[in-house]
Amino acid sequence: MTDASMENPGTGRRATSLTASDERTLKRAKAEKRFRLYGIIAIATGLFFLVVLFASILKEGIPAFTRTVVSVEFTLTEPQRAEAESTLFKTKAYSDLFITELNGKLAESGISVDFDEAAIERLLGKVGGTIRTFYSENPDQVGEPINFELAASSRVDGYFKGRVSRDTLQDSRFLQLSDLDLVDALTEAGVIKQVFNWPFITGADSGVDNPGGAGIGASVVGSFFMMLVVLALSLPIGVAASIYLEEFAPQNKFTDLIEVNISNLAAVPSIVFGILGLAVFIQFMHLPQSAPLVGGLVLTLMTLPTIIISTRASLKAVPPSIRDAALGVGASKMQAVFHHVLPLAAPGILTGTIIGLAQALGETAPLLLIGMVGFVARGYPDGFLAGFTEPNSVMPAQIYTWAARADVGFYEKAWGGIIILLMFLLTMNIIAIILRRRFERRW
Amino acid sequence: MNDMSRVERQVDANEIKLECRDCQVYYGDNHAIKDVNVDIEDKTVTAFIGPSGCGKSTFLRCLNRMNDTIDVARVEGSFKLDGEDIYDKRVDPVQLRAKVGMVFQKPNPFPKSIYDNVAYGPRIHGLARNKAELDEIVEKSLRRGAIWDEVKDRLDAPGTGLSGGQQQRLCIARAVATEPEVLLMDEPCSALDPIATAQVEELIDELRSRYSVVIVTHSMQQAARVSQKTAFFHLGNLVEFGETGQIFTNPEDPRTESYITGRIG
Ligand SMILES: Nc1ncnc2c1ncn2[C@@H]1O[C@H](COP(=O)(O)OP(=O)(O)OP(=O)(O)O)[C@@H](O)[C@H]1O
Ligand SMILES: [Mg+2]
Repeated sequence: MTDASMENPGTGRRATSLTASDERTLKRAKAEKRFRLYGIIAIATGLFFLVVLFASILKEGIPAFTRTVVSVEFTLTEPQRAEAESTLFKTKAYSDLFITELNGKLAESGISVDFDEAAIERLLGKVGGTIRTFYSENPDQVGEPINFELAASSRVDGYFKGRVSRDTLQDSRFLQLSDLDLVDALTEAGVIKQVFNWPFITGADSGVDNPGGAGIGASVVGSFFMMLVVLALSLPIGVAASIYLEEFAPQNKFTDLIEVNISNLAAVPSIVFGILGLAVFIQFMHLPQSAPLVGGLVLTLMTLPTIIISTRASLKAVPPSIRDAALGVGASKMQAVFHHVLPLAAPGILTGTIIGLAQALGETAPLLLIGMVGFVARGYPDGFLAGFTEPNSVMPAQIYTWAARADVGFYEKAWGGIIILLMFLLTMNIIAIILRRRFERRW
Repeated sequence: MNDMSRVERQVDANEIKLECRDCQVYYGDNHAIKDVNVDIEDKTVTAFIGPSGCGKSTFLRCLNRMNDTIDVARVEGSFKLDGEDIYDKRVDPVQLRAKVGMVFQKPNPFPKSIYDNVAYGPRIHGLARNKAELDEIVEKSLRRGAIWDEVKDRLDAPGTGLSGGQQQRLCIARAVATEPEVLLMDEPCSALDPIATAQVEELIDELRSRYSVVIVTHSMQQAARVSQKTAFFHLGNLVEFGETGQIFTNPEDPRTESYITGRIG
């Protein structure tokens, strides 16, 4: 090369100005511009879909967070109670009292409308029973004014949310056209109100014909306990396995085989893990069915490869000179890893962990196989330990169950459930980001 | 100065600290070190010189078993520190490296504070009984690394935030903090300015009173200034090993002569 330039010095050199760019430079600049444009288009497309997705989730899901209630202030005196308790149809007596109260309210606002007990039942369910149960549980409340907020039936709720309209309504045992007049009247009197749907957030799943009573709270708890299991098992096992494979294991055929297998495991469809869990954990080991513990075990199997692969990648990314430095001052291999390599790899490990956990959180299919279906989530566990072993569901399975139900009232619940699921995920990510910040260092 | 010290050199007949016999290093199929025999004396500075890629770093890394960390590297031969084989199965490389410290070719401070960089070795070896002693060790080491004045006000700053030359001196301070008996230095001055180089050379001279120092260098002048013994490597062979003065003034091998006069390299 030296010789070549010696032979004919200055050939091919033209007097060019720096301000006038030549053809090649222009071409390169154009290519770069085009590439940037592609990038911007790609990002814009992605953003567009994201916005559409979020908009539709919010549009469909927000109604799940409000509910229609009939709110009536009601005072039951001791003689009234005694009288009601002495009748043969006790709940009917209570519901008569309630209807009287309601009529009073309507009269106060100068609205008159005809309705019977059956209409009230269609609107509010068994009111008498609800009231009676309340007073038998809180006998000291007798004589005090109590504000009852009674959930309106899902059709009534649908009437307010546009699912049910006068034109399309066909009289049925669930709702009749005349009931809507009553509903309108009650709304005018301020008795029917839209309130924030706390029971949706704190409640458990309801029966197939009661979408109004369905809540996601129990399955949030189920997801929480399941994720605890996944985190507690997959993080330590995954990190320990990666450290061993990356820093200590000899390079031979056997470790190569393990490596290939781990990579393949990451690509196994999750339902395979589900059927494995069913066979091993439930049928063979006789662990309880539908338990978050088992769900956690199954998803740990699924999450481990993700965590191992990302942990190994971040361990590899730590410059070897750091290991040399530690070994050079007489640190043992283990000290070098734990004092120097691991802290540097921690942000990457966390990222991998959060990706793995997010996958696990959104997993449905394998959990359906081990019985964590939505309708199992009928209540809260009795305690912390019971949270792991008592039958429960998880958010995505609950959402799936709702979406599959016939009653259209469940449709908005499914969307609302997705909002809660995303919020759960967001919380997890925020915690991870905060932890990441703490670990992040430069070298 | 050279002549004076040469006289002194010949008078000193130091004990052999590290005895290396028939040493071979293979990187897979690459035979990187061939039949090297070297005696590294106590209280002596030994310089390794030679063209790039001739195996100086490789040989240096054999002396504290840093090659153990390279999977493809295979070391053969006998290496005896004070008469004990350092590749013996019973030898824990951790203990060996506490005795044989190392400064690497590229500065590699820990991504921790300057203080922690220096204090790490003493901490894991339990050299300080309390914080005051540790502070003292850190200060002394940083002074010996010729960097104390520059960092004394920011011991909590990250070591990686220093300039390249400062980082290298920090690494030297870190290496001397554990009080090794042998200090291996792989081109410690390649990133240093002349002033810092002079300071490091002063340190090397000072260390010589107690330890043995092995220094790899590409600077003939440096080798001539600081070392008493010089080994010239070429293509994995130890071509010549002897008194520094003799190697530089009257080399036996023609390859040595052409290298130090700048004709091969
Ligand atoms: N980690 C390694 N894996 C494989 N081969 C290596 C490795 N390190 C060094 N070698 C080879 O060993 C030979 C000697 O390298 P070494 O680093 O010892 O040279 P050197 O004399 O220190 O050179 P320089 O002066 O440039 O630092 C070279 O041929 C190099 O390619
Ligand atoms: Mg080298």
